Amino acid sequence: MYDYPDSTGHFGPYGGIYMAETLIPAVEELRVQYLRYQNDPDFKAEFAYELKHYVGRPSPIYHAKNWSDKLGGAQIYLKREDLNHTGAHKINNAIGQALLARRMGKKRVIAETGAGMHGVATATVAARYGMECVVYMGAEDVQRQAPNVYRMKLLGAKVVPVESGSRTLKDACNEAIRDWVTNVESTFYIFGTAAGPHPYPMMVRDFQCVIGNEAKVQMPEMIGRQPDAVIACVGGGSNAIGLFHPYIEEESVQIIGVEAGGHGIKSGSHAAPLTSNSKVGVLHGNKVYLMQDEDGQIIETHSISAGLDYPGVGPEHCWLKDIGRAQYVAIDDEEAMKAFHDLCRFEGIIPALESSHALAHAAKIAPSMGRDKVLLVNLSGRGDKDINTVARLSGISL
Amino acid sequence: MSRIKTVFDRLSSQNRRALIPFFTAGDPSLALTVPLMHAVTEAGADVIELGVPFSDPMADGPVIQRASERALKNHMTLKGVLEMVAEFRKKNAITPVVLMGYGNPIEAMGWEAFAKRCEEVGVDGALTVDFPPEESHDAFLHLQRHGIDPIFLLAPTTDEARIEKVAKLARGYVYYVSLKGVTGSGNLDLSDVERKIPELRRHIKLPIGVGFGIRDAKTAQAIAKLCDGVVVGSRIVQEIEASNEQNVVRNVSALISELRQAIDQS
Ligand SMILES: Cc1ncc(COP(=O)(O)O)c(C=O)c1O
Repeated sequence: MYDYPDSTGHFGPYGGIYMAETLIPAVEELRVQYLRYQNDPDFKAEFAYELKHYVGRPSPIYHAKNWSDKLGGAQIYLKREDLNHTGAHKINNAIGQALLARRMGKKRVIAETGAGMHGVATATVAARYGMECVVYMGAEDVQRQAPNVYRMKLLGAKVVPVESGSRTLKDACNEAIRDWVTNVESTFYIFGTAAGPHPYPMMVRDFQCVIGNEAKVQMPEMIGRQPDAVIACVGGGSNAIGLFHPYIEEESVQIIGVEAGGHGIKSGSHAAPLTSNSKVGVLHGNKVYLMQDEDGQIIETHSISAGLDYPGVGPEHCWLKDIGRAQYVAIDDEEAMKAFHDLCRFEGIIPALESSHALAHAAKIAPSMGRDKVLLVNLSGRGDKDINTVARLSGISL
Repeated sequence: MSRIKTVFDRLSSQNRRALIPFFTAGDPSLALTVPLMHAVTEAGADVIELGVPFSDPMADGPVIQRASERALKNHMTLKGVLEMVAEFRKKNAITPVVLMGYGNPIEAMGWEAFAKRCEEVGVDGALTVDFPPEESHDAFLHLQRHGIDPIFLLAPTTDEARIEKVAKLARGYVYYVSLKGVTGSGNLDLSDVERKIPELRRHIKLPIGVGFGIRDAKTAQAIAKLCDGVVVGSRIVQEIEASNEQNVVRNVSALISELRQAIDQS
C-alpha cells in the first residue's frame, strides 16, 4: 500500500524538516495540531461546508469536445478548478490552513505568492475569518501579475514586494520565512504549495485531494469509467498532487505531471527540476530535486507563468518520479501559449498560464491516441490575471 | 585535542569569554578574506565563524544577505572557502575556524568529501543553519569521522526536551540564538537571554556562545556576563560594507579591538 510520508515527514529520501532551529518547534506544533484536527468531525464538517458554500464545490468536469475534435484523438476533459471562488485551486488549501490557524489561536497569517492566486486566496480567507494578512511577492511577479496585487489590496492584505535574488517566487518564500521566524508566536504561515517542511507537503496535499476525490466520483458518472490519464501542471505541485493522490492506487490510470519548460530544457532557462534531471538538494525546508549549479547555489529559473517559476518541486512528486508511478514532462512557453489561445477560441475558457502547460501536454499526446481514450486535465485556474502578459507577448498594450 | 576545546579551556582558566566574529568569505573580495582572518585574530578574536555564501540565506537579515550576494558575485564557492582556510593555516595553527552557512552547498559537494577536506585544511567546526538535529544523521557521521565539530543552534523557542537532544549531539560549543528573528535584528532582549542560559546549562556541558543582534560593545559586554562566547556578525559585515578595499582591514581590526576590550571588562 502507498502510505507516505512516514512519521518523520519523508517520502523515501525526500521531504523532512530542514529549517532553522527557531522554527522547528513551530513546525512540530503545526504537525501535532494538524494530526489532532485532521480527523476531528467538527473540523471536517466546517471544511466541507466552506468548500461547498463559499468556494462553490464540487467543481464540475467539462468535456472539451470542440477542442478534442480539432485535435482528432483522445477526448479531453477538464476539472474546472478555475470556477472556484477566487479562480484557482489555491483556495482549497488556504481555507484548510485558515481553519487550522483559527483553532491554534493565530490572528495573523502570512503567505508567499508567485502568480498571486495563492496570495489572493490567503487574503480572501483572512478577510473571511478576520485575520491580519501579509503577502510576500517577488518584485518581478508584482509587475507581471498586477491585477492580483490589486485584488489582494482590496481584500485588506498588505503586499510586500521582494527585491532580493531573482525577485520571483523563491525569494518571496525566503522573505515569508524571515517574517515567520520573527513573528513565530503570533503568526501562521499559510504555505501555498505541497512543499516546504513537514507537515506542509502532507497537509496541503490532503486539503487539495478534494480535487481528485471529486473526479473519481464524477468521471464514472460522466463516462462510466475512470480516465486513461490524469494530467496537471507542476509548480510546487499542489494542484497536481491533489488530483494525482487519489489515483495512485488506480493502476490503470496514467499520471502525468507537466513542468515549465521555459525556453526549452536544452536552453537551461526553464523551471523543470524533474524533467531536466536536476540534482537533489535542500531548500525551503525540504530535500527535493532542485535546480542548482555545481556549487549548490540555486539557479535562476524562467517560465512565462509566474506560478511555475520555481527551482524546486514538492517531495511527493520526487518520490512518485523515482518509483515510476508518475511521469514528468516539460512544456515550453510557446506550447503553453498556443494551448492558452486554443482553449480561449475553441471552448470559450480563458485558462491560467500555469494550467495551459497541462493543457498543452494533453494537446500534444491526444492526436496519437484513439478517440475512445480519455485525458482528464486539471484546469487549475482561470487566466484573467494573465491577460497583461499575453497581450504584451502579442505586441498589444492594454 | 581540538582547537575549539583548547581555546575555551584556556579562556575559562583565565575567567574570560570568547570573542567570535562572523563574516562572509569572499566579501568584500576574494583577496581580502585571509587578511581579514589574520587581522581579527591579531585584534583579539578567539574563534572565527567564516560564512559560506548561499543564494537563498533564509535566516539572514539584509546585511548578511548583501554580503552573500557580493561574495557570490565574486565567484566565492565552498571549495574556494576551504582553500582560504588552508591559506590561513599556513600562518595560524591555533585559532579555530568554524564554517557557517546553509546545507545545500555541502550537499552538492557531498558530506564525506566536505568533512575530509575540512580535516585536511584545518577547519574545526561546521554549522549549517537549516539542518536541525533531526536531519543531521548523515552529516554528523561524516563530520565525526574527520574530527570536525558539528555546531548546533538553540533558540528562544527551543524547549527542554530539544535542548537535551542537542546536548547529546553537539560538539565544540553550542550557539544560542539570542532573539526570534533573522541575523542583524534589533529586538535583542537581555533579560530573555539571562533567563534562558541557566536552562541551557542544565543539559549543555559545552561552552555556550550567544549571537544574533549584538550590535555594539555595550551589548557585547552585557552578553559576555551571561555566557562563554559572544558572536558578532552583522555589525562586522556592516563595517566591511561601509569600508573600501584600502581601509577595510584597519576598520574591522579597530572594531574587534573595541569589542575585545568591552568583553574583557565584563
Ligand atoms: C492556477 C495555478 N495553477 C498552478 C499553480 C502552480 O502551483 P502548484 O504546483 O502548487 O499547483 C499556480 C501557482 O500559483 C496557479 O496559480
